[in-house]
Amino acid sequence: MFNLESIDEKPAGMNNDPELIAAVLNGDLASFEPLIQRHQPRIFAAIRRYARRESEVEDIAQEVFVKAFQKLASFRGEAPFEHWLMRLTVRTCYDFLRAHRRRRELPLTDLTETEAEWLERFAVQPDSAEETAAAARELVERALEHLSPAARLVITLLEIEDRSVKEIAQLTGWSVSLVKVRAFRARNEMRKWLEKIQREIRL
Amino acid sequence: MNLVQLHEKLMAAARANPPSDAVPYAFEKRVMARLADAVSPDRWLAWWSRALWRAVTPCVAVMILLGVWTYWTTSNNTNKETLSVALENTVLAALDHSGDSW
Repeated sequence: MFNLESIDEKPAGMNNDPELIAAVLNGDLASFEPLIQRHQPRIFAAIRRYARRESEVEDIAQEVFVKAFQKLASFRGEAPFEHWLMRLTVRTCYDFLRAHRRRRELPLTDLTETEAEWLERFAVQPDSAEETAAAARELVERALEHLSPAARLVITLLEIEDRSVKEIAQLTGWSVSLVKVRAFRARNEMRKWLEKIQREIRL
Repeated sequence: MNLVQLHEKLMAAARANPPSDAVPYAFEKRVMARLADAVSPDRWLAWWSRALWRAVTPCVAVMILLGVWTYWTTSNNTNKETLSVALENTVLAALDHSGDSW
């Protein structure tokens, strides 16, 4: 039974995750709020890798915390709560990608002028095309949007977040060999998209 | 154009621009409100379902006791017709006396 009367009161004297989790499991709903406050920045940053619109990011984050609350009893405390929450986040993001699969048949001619210029500069002299440029950022986003959900997830975790195959397996719930297969396919998908781009701008 | 190099460059661009970790104002309050809404109906539902489950054992016990008592009283009665005759008399009593009122 949850104590709803104390929802506006901040739990006093509880600073670490296990204590707060134990309090929530004992029915103190208010103890869940400091848990959200503590972990929400990382969750938002992780979600923004997969969703661009702020409204979508907020919806996913809300879903993550509601799921976390509902499944809190299944948290065994063997790993830090943050890891458990990140697993939940990655899986929710993957579900989101699959559900919102605006099959990325976006025309390549959608490349903006600055993106095309950046690519041309790269083709002429790769070192002159800076990776910190806004055009490069946009191009990465565009590339990721053209990938399948599994490919996007693997590329993001493996190449952008620099996580190991074992870590990805834990985060996604896939086997290590499946992660390797999906990473191989993801790189292929990426290469094909880059080839299309190359043909499109005739470089 | 070297595609492997381009791939590496784009990945480096993504690493160089990590997403913002900004959180919308009072986001945690919104989540808590949603959780409180979700929890409150469950509270009564949980109470009601617990009460129903707890009532199962006494109800079954009462049913068994009544069954045993009924069986015991009827089997002890040697005159088998007594109960049916009594029932018939009771049901038809109104008809037996219906002519009296006319």
